[in-house]
Amino acid sequence: MKKIMGYSSAWSVMPGDSLDVMVSTYGPDRYRASLVRVICGNDDPDFDVYREEEVAASFAGEYPGREQITISGSYVTIPSSPLVTGMGSFTIQAWVFPTTPEKGAQGLISNWDAASASGFALMIDDNGAAAMRLGDGRGATVEASTGKPLAKRRWHLVSAAYDAAAGTVCISQDFIGPQFEASTSASATLAVGFTPAMGSTQPLLMAGMPATHPAGRPAASHVFNGKLDRPRLVGRALSLADSAALGWDAAPHERETSVIAAWDFAREIGSTTIADASPNGLHGRAVNLPSRAVKGFNWSGREQNWRAAPQEYGAIHFHDDDLYDAEWDPDFTYEIPKDLRSGVYAVRLVAEDDEWYVTFYVRPSRGTTTAKVAFLASTATYMAYSNIQWTWHEHFGEVAECYWTTMQPGEVFLQEHPEYGLSTYDNHSDGSGVRYASRLRPVHQVGPKTAPVWNINNDSHILGWFEAKGIAYDVITDEDLHREGVALLEPYSAVVTGAHPEYYTTPMWDGLKTYLARGGRMAYLGGNGFIWRCAMSEAMPGVVELRRAEDGIRYRDEEPGEYYMEFNGEYGGLWRRLGTSPQALCGVGTVAVGFDVSGYYVRKEGSFDDRAAFIFEGIGDDEVIGDFGFFAGGASGTEIDAVDFALGTPPHTLVLASSEGHSAKTMIVPDEIGLNHSAMGGDQNPKVRADMTFFETPGGGAVFSVGSIAWPGSLPHNGYDNNVSRICENVLRRFVDDTPFTMPAA
Amino acid sequence: MYKIDPTRTDLVEEFYKNPSGPHSLELARVVNLLRLLPMEERIIIVCTKPHAEWTLAKMPKARGDRMEYYDDLVFDDYDAAVRKVFQIRWQAATGVDPG
Ligand SMILES: [Fe+2]
Repeated sequence: MKKIMGYSSAWSVMPGDSLDVMVSTYGPDRYRASLVRVICGNDDPDFDVYREEEVAASFAGEYPGREQITISGSYVTIPSSPLVTGMGSFTIQAWVFPTTPEKGAQGLISNWDAASASGFALMIDDNGAAAMRLGDGRGATVEASTGKPLAKRRWHLVSAAYDAAAGTVCISQDFIGPQFEASTSASATLAVGFTPAMGSTQPLLMAGMPATHPAGRPAASHVFNGKLDRPRLVGRALSLADSAALGWDAAPHERETSVIAAWDFAREIGSTTIADASPNGLHGRAVNLPSRAVKGFNWSGREQNWRAAPQEYGAIHFHDDDLYDAEWDPDFTYEIPKDLRSGVYAVRLVAEDDEWYVTFYVRPSRGTTTAKVAFLASTATYMAYSNIQWTWHEHFGEVAECYWTTMQPGEVFLQEHPEYGLSTYDNHSDGSGVRYASRLRPVHQVGPKTAPVWNINNDSHILGWFEAKGIAYDVITDEDLHREGVALLEPYSAVVTGAHPEYYTTPMWDGLKTYLARGGRMAYLGGNGFIWRCAMSEAMPGVVELRRAEDGIRYRDEEPGEYYMEFNGEYGGLWRRLGTSPQALCGVGTVAVGFDVSGYYVRKEGSFDDRAAFIFEGIGDDEVIGDFGFFAGGASGTEIDAVDFALGTPPHTLVLASSEGHSAKTMIVPDEIGLNHSAMGGDQNPKVRADMTFFETPGGGAVFSVGSIAWPGSLPHNGYDNNVSRICENVLRRFVDDTPFTMPAA
Repeated sequence: MYKIDPTRTDLVEEFYKNPSGPHSLELARVVNLLRLLPMEERIIIVCTKPHAEWTLAKMPKARGDRMEYYDDLVFDDYDAAVRKVFQIRWQAATGVDPG
């Protein structure tokens, strides 16, 4: 059903930057491109708030369309070397932990050139057994197989030795799984019958076999699901006993002079570099974000942190649906003009009756601001969600979301094209959790007109409200905050968050906290914010990493022993489990989630305090707040937050209002409970509520929080004229007044 | 485990009147049960034109599988599609077509 999709080289740009736009059509041979400024992206016709504004752009016009092919699957590539192509007798080995041995042929270590039948391929064969393939360079091949399927999710030492003198190849798999399980160890020796042609021109690949992308660049086929550890190449045929000894040896090149390469995946974790520990330096790189900092074959459990025991984290977990950069060819480049105002923009692509928006964020020129208010687009969160497919992969998806599975056209495309990759909410095809999500590929749900309304589409209710109220704003993003910290925020009088700033890196958190301490103001107009610690990496830009440690609304389990992130070695998981809770940053933290019914707010004592008088100007004492809106008819819903003074809500925080009217299906989140009990739902549990809060900071700053993702969906009600809108306006008008706020006496 | 009583046509009527809820506690249990049918028995909704047209399909068996549509079932009203899903799943769960 999708006829056109695209993505851009960046999400955050400023005047003077170049933005590459990559487009693929599926059928149509022409498409039109234009530029729009996104004012409100929710195009639900019953709500009638959608607004975009066409902007003249240098690239606008018609283009030839063609399909650009995406190939997923992570692997390692090592440039071709005469040390490999000139081998006579040799042994190749690795520790192998297959997660889908039943899937069919998968490359383990291979420079196999299929066209000439040269090189070698250590692999899992169609029967799930370890196998070794050699060729004569003219089309004849032999394949030695152990004939016994490898055990799923168990470690084996897989070795293949070619003995030139004997003319044989020996393949073996040694099982080192739990003692109560049957061994799958096996070996076989086969006469080769010809002199193998080793002169493959292909690179040496791990977790795949050399292949060529339709666009002509190198790629991988037969990609492997599972972990590899300590791949080694030795220039003589080792006996099974010697091969096993080598596999257990942490530094075989110190003893065995014929070692050609001894790759050590524990080196350079956090980068794409693959290091050869041997003096030959056959280094390479990892492609498509396989998971590093994962437990090796020798993991003892004595350490949970890969930095404390790197020698036990020498494995890489590869997945056939890993994808970093789709590497499409750019269709055109947009030079961001000097006079383009800061805002949310999209390249609108139209092919026949289908369309697609490539959304990006234009910030002001470096060192300048054009407004007192900065809208901080939650791009780390948008990335974490990109191409989410959980609801139709997961048996409990419908009861979690309180809906009947309804797939949008873009989601149908993702179902039929798993090569476009997953979100950090999903599990890989082998059942392991997805830890990385990239924006360097077409991503659904991150643009105007996407359904369900979430992330930027919900956030754009705030943009629409800014425009309706004439509040000037700049747009900045999480990636900018991560790189530049407090310096990015400091020039602004106030920062307004989106509806769901869920994922925060440590530099983002520190930047925001410092800004507020120094006198900055923040209006947190959302819910389930500042929840998970994530990581971003200069080595792999455009990606968030998540380890969903311990508990929280996780959607997927995290692998025990792998709670420390690859990108920076930090412990992943909920900020509140790190001893730095969202309540301490913004007053509130998540208490409940539910999607069937939304509630409304009623004023609390704090709202009658003089300190809060400016917020409630024009609001009646008994006025119900937000009993209307896009999300199930109320301003308090989907994911809601409340104060918790024990968790760090500043003691002088005013609770201005709290929500009521929640349903039985709006339930306490796992972070909040030690055990499940019989009063989890909002119909009975008093903790199921959103708190609207306000507090000042000693530096003259202030924080206003609403604690509900549904809140922005109520802003447009009645032409943006309603009490949710009024409260926000009262807050913002005061926040842009630079008169310092005064802390109340302790 | 909770089982649907197929004679409770009052619950069917309640659902048809107000598919998006909130529902009575009894109907909420029915809805949960129908939302927990095994994946391979689920009939799902597919939007074919944003905000304008929906059809039904079988939940795909595996990732990458093409969707199998019920081409004869086309709805220009989302609630009508939801009612149909409820009807089909009720029948799958009880053996009785609630009509
Ligand atoms: Fe979320």
